Amino acid sequence: MENIQEYLESGILELYVYGALPEAEREEVTRVLREYPELRQEVEQIEEALQELSGAAAPYDPQVVLISLKKKIRQRPERTPEFSKKKNISAILGWAASIILLIGLFMMYDANTELNERLTEMEQEQADLETQIVEAREDSEKTEQLLRALRSRNIEKIPLQGQDFAPEAYATAYWNKAQNITYIDAQDLPAPPPGMVYQVWSLKLDPLTPSSIGLLEDFEGNSKRIFIVDNTYDSEAFGITLEPAGGSETPTLEKLMVLGTVTTT
Amino acid sequence: MQQDFLINQLQEGNEKAFEKIYQLYSKSIFGVIFTILKDEELAEEVLQDVFLKVWEKAPTYEASKGRFFTWILNIARNASIDHLRSKTYKDLQKNVEDETFVDVIESRHQLTDSTEAIGLQKYIKLLEPLCRSIIDLLFFKGYTQQESAKVLEMPLGTLKTRNRMCIKKLRASIR
Repeated sequence: MENIQEYLESGILELYVYGALPEAEREEVTRVLREYPELRQEVEQIEEALQELSGAAAPYDPQVVLISLKKKIRQRPERTPEFSKKKNISAILGWAASIILLIGLFMMYDANTELNERLTEMEQEQADLETQIVEAREDSEKTEQLLRALRSRNIEKIPLQGQDFAPEAYATAYWNKAQNITYIDAQDLPAPPPGMVYQVWSLKLDPLTPSSIGLLEDFEGNSKRIFIVDNTYDSEAFGITLEPAGGSETPTLEKLMVLGTVTTT
Repeated sequence: MQQDFLINQLQEGNEKAFEKIYQLYSKSIFGVIFTILKDEELAEEVLQDVFLKVWEKAPTYEASKGRFFTWILNIARNASIDHLRSKTYKDLQKNVEDETFVDVIESRHQLTDSTEAIGLQKYIKLLEPLCRSIIDLLFFKGYTQQESAKVLEMPLGTLKTRNRMCIKKLRASIR
C-alpha cells in the first residue's frame, strides 16, 4: 500500500470494527490487515477502546450468568450448522432434512461421547485427589502416633550398630517395656534383596538365647521405615538379621546386620 | 489481541475456551445490550441468548468476514433489536428513543464508584454531541455507514473521519 497513514486516517478501520461496512469493503479490509501488522495493531486498539466504552455501560459484570449458561450448554451440546433460509429448497427439503438429522445425530453422539469422556476423566481426577487426601491424613496420624510413642517417658532407646556383614548399617530400637512394644527405626538399613526379609531378634546374653519378635515386612512400602513389633521378652540385646522371606526359626548369624545391647540401669 | 487459538478451540466445542471467551467479551456485550434495551433483567436474558448462539454458531464464524468481537456484537445488536420490537418489550414502556449510551453510562455510575468508570464518564461528558450521536448509531445501535450518514445528514467521507476523531479522543481518555 502506498500510504498506510492515509488508510489509517480514512476512518475505515473504526467502521470495520463496528461492523458498519458493506461486505465487499469488509473483506477488502481483512485482506489489507493480513498484510500490515501496524494496521492490525490499530484495529486491536480501536476494539479495546470500544470494549472499554461499552463495558462501562454494563449494569454490572455479568460473570454470574456464566454458571447458568454453562448448564444450558450442557443440556444441548449438539451444535447445528447454519443453513441458508432464503433459498428455495422445497425440492431438496427431504434430503436436507435427513442430512441435517444425520449430522445432528452424529454431532450429538460425538458431543455426548466427548462429554462422557470428560466426565469420567474428571471423576477419576477427583477420586485420585480424594485418595491422596486420605493417604496424607493417615500418614500424618501415623506420624503423630509415632511421635507420641517415642516421646513417652517409658521408652528406652537402644542404638543398633552395623556388624561385620554390613558395617554401614544402623538401626534404633525404642523399647516400651510397660506396653511390651518395640519400635524399630530402620532408616539406615538398605532395602533387603528380593526374596529376603529383615528379622528382629530379642536376645538373652547368658546363655545366648535369640527369640524372634517380628519381621520388617513391606520394607519398601513403609516410607518412614519405622516398624512396630511386639516384645514380651525381658530383652538384654536386639539384633536384626537378613533371612529368607517368611523368616527363620533361628537367626542366620552370618547375616547379622545390626546389634545393640540394652544398658541396664 | 484477538485470541485466534481460543476461537479455534471454541469452534471445536471446547467448553473451557467458551468460558474464556465469555470472560473476555461478556461485559462489553452486556453494555451494548443494556444500552439498547435499558432493562437489566431483559438485558441479562438477551445476554444469555447471545452467548448460547455464540456457542452454537461459533463454527460458522470466519475471520475473513471481520473481527470476532464484531461478530458477537452483531449477534447482540440483532437480538436486542428483535426484543425491542416485541410486544412484551413495548409493554415495558421504556423510553429508549432519546437516550444514548452517554445517558446510560452517566446513570449507571451514579450508582457505582469504580475509578476507571469515573474517569471514562468524565471524558464522555466532554465528548461533543456529534461524537455521542455517531458512536451511538454506529457502535451501539449497529447502523451501517450509509444509514448513519443519512440520519446525521453528512457525507460518508465526513462521517468516517469525524468518527475516527471521536474514537481517537476516546482512546486518549482510556490510556
